[in-house]
Amino acid sequence: MRHTISVLVENKFGVLARIAGLFSARGYNIASLAVSETLDPTISYMTIVVEAKDEKVLEQIMKQLNKLIDVISVTDFTNKEHVERELVLVKVDYSAKQKAKLEAILKKYVGKIVQRKASIAVIEAVGEEKQIKQLLESLSSFGVKELIRTGKIALAY
Amino acid sequence: MTGAQILIESLKREGVEVIFGYPGGQVLPLFDKLYDADFKFILVRHEQGAAHAADGFSRATGKVGVCIATSGPGATNLVTGIATAFMDSIPMVAITGQVKTTLIGNDAFQEADITGITRPITKHNYLVKDIKDLSRTVKEAFYIASTGRPGPVLIDVPLDIQQQEAEFVWPETVEIRSYKPTLFGHPGQIKKAAKLIAGSKKPIIYAGGGIITSGASLALRQLAEKIQAPVTWTLMGIGCFPTIHKLGLGMLGMHGTAYANHAITDADLIIAVGARFDDRVTGRLDAFAPKSKVIHIDIDPSSISKNFRVDVPIVGDAKNIIGELLEQIKKIPETSNWVKEVEALKKKHPLTYKEGKLIKPQFVIEQIDEATKGDAIITTEVGQNQMWAAQWYKCNHPRTFISSGGLGTMGFGFPAAMGAKMGCPDKQVFDIAGDGSIQMNIQELATCVCNKIHVKVAILNNGYLGMVRQWQELFYKKRYSQTCITGPDFVKLAESFGAVGIRVTKNEEVRPAIEKALAIDNTVLIDFQIEPEENVFPMVPAGGAINNMISGLA
Repeated sequence: MRHTISVLVENKFGVLARIAGLFSARGYNIASLAVSETLDPTISYMTIVVEAKDEKVLEQIMKQLNKLIDVISVTDFTNKEHVERELVLVKVDYSAKQKAKLEAILKKYVGKIVQRKASIAVIEAVGEEKQIKQLLESLSSFGVKELIRTGKIALAY
Repeated sequence: MTGAQILIESLKREGVEVIFGYPGGQVLPLFDKLYDADFKFILVRHEQGAAHAADGFSRATGKVGVCIATSGPGATNLVTGIATAFMDSIPMVAITGQVKTTLIGNDAFQEADITGITRPITKHNYLVKDIKDLSRTVKEAFYIASTGRPGPVLIDVPLDIQQQEAEFVWPETVEIRSYKPTLFGHPGQIKKAAKLIAGSKKPIIYAGGGIITSGASLALRQLAEKIQAPVTWTLMGIGCFPTIHKLGLGMLGMHGTAYANHAITDADLIIAVGARFDDRVTGRLDAFAPKSKVIHIDIDPSSISKNFRVDVPIVGDAKNIIGELLEQIKKIPETSNWVKEVEALKKKHPLTYKEGKLIKPQFVIEQIDEATKGDAIITTEVGQNQMWAAQWYKCNHPRTFISSGGLGTMGFGFPAAMGAKMGCPDKQVFDIAGDGSIQMNIQELATCVCNKIHVKVAILNNGYLGMVRQWQELFYKKRYSQTCITGPDFVKLAESFGAVGIRVTKNEEVRPAIEKALAIDNTVLIDFQIEPEENVFPMVPAGGAINNMISGLA
């Protein structure tokens, strides 16, 4: 099962390597990882989506992360109220005959065209996992040329 | 002060007296200042020896061991020693030189990314890029190494940082917002544990290295005696409880005593303290302690329910928690039948071996035990020698059995003995070695002789890499693939280093040779030519249930 966890870490060089090294050394899987500075420039915030086959594995991942000296706190969002978003950029075919169909999709799902050039369009979409998934599924018949995702970010409230 | 002086002053402030190390190009400024400093500096013959010696020093004294090496190969030679200390939670600070900050990442001469290399085998590590961080880094390193679940910390110091000048500012206290070890157990959990204990009929204490780290031996003994529970221990726990105590069951697990393994299988309550349910202890997990409830006390939350189910976890320092438990246990469980049952197990399945014409290794260790009255510090290499030492030397005091438990590092025992002797000069220190292992760090003979670190080495010489050979005998149809190993003439070898060598080929020479070695004021190597194909028994085959042991005598 996928879990979204947030990790507050000291904003020092090598911290990302420590986290990544922990996951690879212990055989845990990262589905996505997003890192950035917080309001306090000495602290970075990571949102990690992990694959854990059961609760026991998730518990170990959390404990092992907590054990790293540079990790300040670890939160699992599974049973926590939170907002989560991901941003994707999709480059699709935008030829005349596709135009109307594509615009219909973008009306129905999240996403807007942010760049156009000749018969190519770049779509930007921000949304929850489910919304992004729906959009990408409906775009799959459009000849997706390139796709890039930021990975999920999440914030508890 | 220069960076080198700051480093030295910081080490002094941390109370460091002994340093093991080896110089090199990128630590020249540091060694120049060490020339005038009054540490006991032990120049080893290989950096791996420095790391193991610092580790052995730490295990024998409880203080933080310190080793120093240069950049590149000097640093990478420390790696096995750092990993050994990491697996056994030994506090150690390793200082390495690094190329100048301006050259880092340029593939400079003798450059290695040692912080990258040691990230998974240190508790924490630092690359000092600003001289202003240096003294605080040393302070933090010692604090992190020695608190919580201890471990090695590495500080990588580039050449130019050693040369730069800065004012020396010593932080008297350490505050790391992201590192706050839990020292005291949760009162609610301790009450729950006391209740479980009160209701148990067959409790057993399973003690690990955490008892020794925490200095909880006396508390452990009080607990065992108060609730009349037998005590078994891990390899790392040897010495945490007197072997000769009525409630002592010796080591459990793969080469543990049969009675310890049977007792834990029959128990209705396991009180695990400072132990981590390692695979060499539990054997097949679903057959381990099937009828038992489990209380698990450990300072490392990640040790709890990592391998084995637990009913009452308590995170914190073993000594504090046992102390609290002793107060909370109001009702003493009735265990007299259980204690009798366990005593019967002891009589039924004693540790034993067949005497023979050739010298038996078990006999050698029994004789060392008698000759030193169980009062020496024993270090071991890894393999059969280690298991025989664990089974037959009757350790009764913490910090007197020093062995690479987690990593299983051959070549550990001899340099570790050197470190232990530096920490405890008034103690006899005996390395129990195999002829294979001793050849892995034999160069340290020069260090011992040169610095008058008079350790004794008992080589159980069977001409084999014995433990691997044993597995090949039992599980690979006696196909002894690359396990027959030759060695030098150990007597001549010892003499060539200025040490003393003694060869022993007969049973009746064993005891006199040990007495002689103990009396000689020099490093002594005793080459015991033992029964070549003697096996370590009892034994639980890998992945088997721990109460299903091969005795080898049936």
